[in-house]
Amino acid sequence: MKNIGVAIVALFALSCFSLFVGVKEISISDWWQTPQNIDLFFISRIPRTLAVVLTGASLAVSGAVMQMLARNSFVEPSSVGTAQSAALGILLVTLLYPGSPLIVKMIVASITAMIGMAVFLAMISRLPVTSPLLVPLVGLIFSGIVEALTIFIAFQTEMLQFQGTWMSGEFSGILRGRYELLWLCGVLAILTYVVADQFTIIGMGKDASINLGLNYKQVVIVGLFILALSTSLVVVTIGMIPFVGLVVPNIARKLMGDNLRASLPWVAVLGALLVLVCDLIGRLVHFPYEIPVGTVLGVIGSFVFLYLLYARPAHAR
Amino acid sequence: MIEINGVSHSYGKSKILQNISLSIKESGITALIGPNGAGKSTLLSLMARLQPLQTGSISFDGQSVSQTPTRELAKTLAILRQDNALSSRMSLRDLVGFGRYPHHKGRPTAKDHKAVEEALDYFDLQDMSGRFIDEVSGGQKQRALVAMAFCQETKYLLLDEPLNNLDMYYARSLMKRLREIADTGKRSFVIVLHDINYAGAYANEIIALKDGTLAIHGTPQDVLETNALQTLYSMKITVTQHQDQLIALHHL
Repeated sequence: MKNIGVAIVALFALSCFSLFVGVKEISISDWWQTPQNIDLFFISRIPRTLAVVLTGASLAVSGAVMQMLARNSFVEPSSVGTAQSAALGILLVTLLYPGSPLIVKMIVASITAMIGMAVFLAMISRLPVTSPLLVPLVGLIFSGIVEALTIFIAFQTEMLQFQGTWMSGEFSGILRGRYELLWLCGVLAILTYVVADQFTIIGMGKDASINLGLNYKQVVIVGLFILALSTSLVVVTIGMIPFVGLVVPNIARKLMGDNLRASLPWVAVLGALLVLVCDLIGRLVHFPYEIPVGTVLGVIGSFVFLYLLYARPAHAR
Repeated sequence: MIEINGVSHSYGKSKILQNISLSIKESGITALIGPNGAGKSTLLSLMARLQPLQTGSISFDGQSVSQTPTRELAKTLAILRQDNALSSRMSLRDLVGFGRYPHHKGRPTAKDHKAVEEALDYFDLQDMSGRFIDEVSGGQKQRALVAMAFCQETKYLLLDEPLNNLDMYYARSLMKRLREIADTGKRSFVIVLHDINYAGAYANEIIALKDGTLAIHGTPQDVLETNALQTLYSMKITVTQHQDQLIALHHL
């Protein structure tokens, strides 16, 4: 059960399978035989599969980091207003500077995501530690408010349709040249692994962090920075995807505990697996049409979330 | 030597500590006693820089807690808090291992692993070292936290009610072990204790706080004295002697 090799092999096998799922039928034996097939592979199939894997890993790692920073295992960037704040940022920059390049949108989205996260953390620091379930509830309300504000602005400016692309994540539009920013998410995930011990200590609380000689504020800011950047990268390229950051770290936590050094590889691989499976379901269930991965995850994720909420309330942090 | 100079502290309008000045000698065990709300935990957390000082100064061997970088202080002093809200799901071995963080900064060496194994042996945790902290009893968790603080190998160790949750067997064995370590002369302990008989039997010095002020600072013989204890705790206490040991009868 605790052999990560098995999970990696499963991920690799499913990734290969994913390459051969699509409207144009291609088999393992003939994908390299015509130039059209090769093009299709390198322009669409491979980028899409890579995007799915990178997104899944990044969302799950972000969830794990946020759970450490908030000291609560029921939060993730898309359930506490971070991803919504990023979407608001994109909308604002698109309205104010319509022709701005993707990188500018990215930066603005990261800044608004960071603000949204700081507001959320400031709010939950005033909540009593004895009722951990208040934290995700406050997060849901806050994200609802940010989302409502975004939709209101989009409605008033006739940008609603455009706004929908950031709100509901899906991979059908991924082609070569449109997903490469996600590699940065991979880099951020590796960076997280490098400083994993510091996030684990932050998760043990402020007193424990000071006692072990950590500059608490500095580590929290680094964490916020990584989270804001990877969340807005995913929102910009794919759109919002719910529940991955919530469900995967909780499963990894059950298996491996809270020591991120040990659990992060699991978090990343399981996150990639979950999103890949959901993307495949979305592609196959109504073939040749697609259901957005966000919708599939919304259905599967909410059941798992309810299970996690009710299965062990005593361990809620 | 720990030097505390003119330390006062208040939360809003309530004064928790008023002008505390004292110095604690190197090596040995110093017990901090006093009734509930006397300010013991606040004093300890100020010493460990967990809260910023409002007035006064505290220094360890000349290193001021408000000016020395926190990562340097983490090699000089460690604290075990009383209300440990630790909720991380971690194996006892990993938890104790994090005590080494100030030394290895995330890259443990053979020396760090050895220190962890020794601490696990020393506090009788080897059998359950693979279990998660949320799956062991309160007493076992407490021992793991003591082992973690111990593992930090600091010259000064501040323990806020380390006997919490421990049964008689482990309470006595912990105090004996602390005494053993203190007798090697390498490390000093400041321990908040509620049971004055433990303070009397194991400490070199006792500091008594009452209502945020320093009430008594002296040897166990000075403190385990009928009048002194009755004033300190505002209750009837008789001190008697068993062999050479002074015993306060506070439970009768």
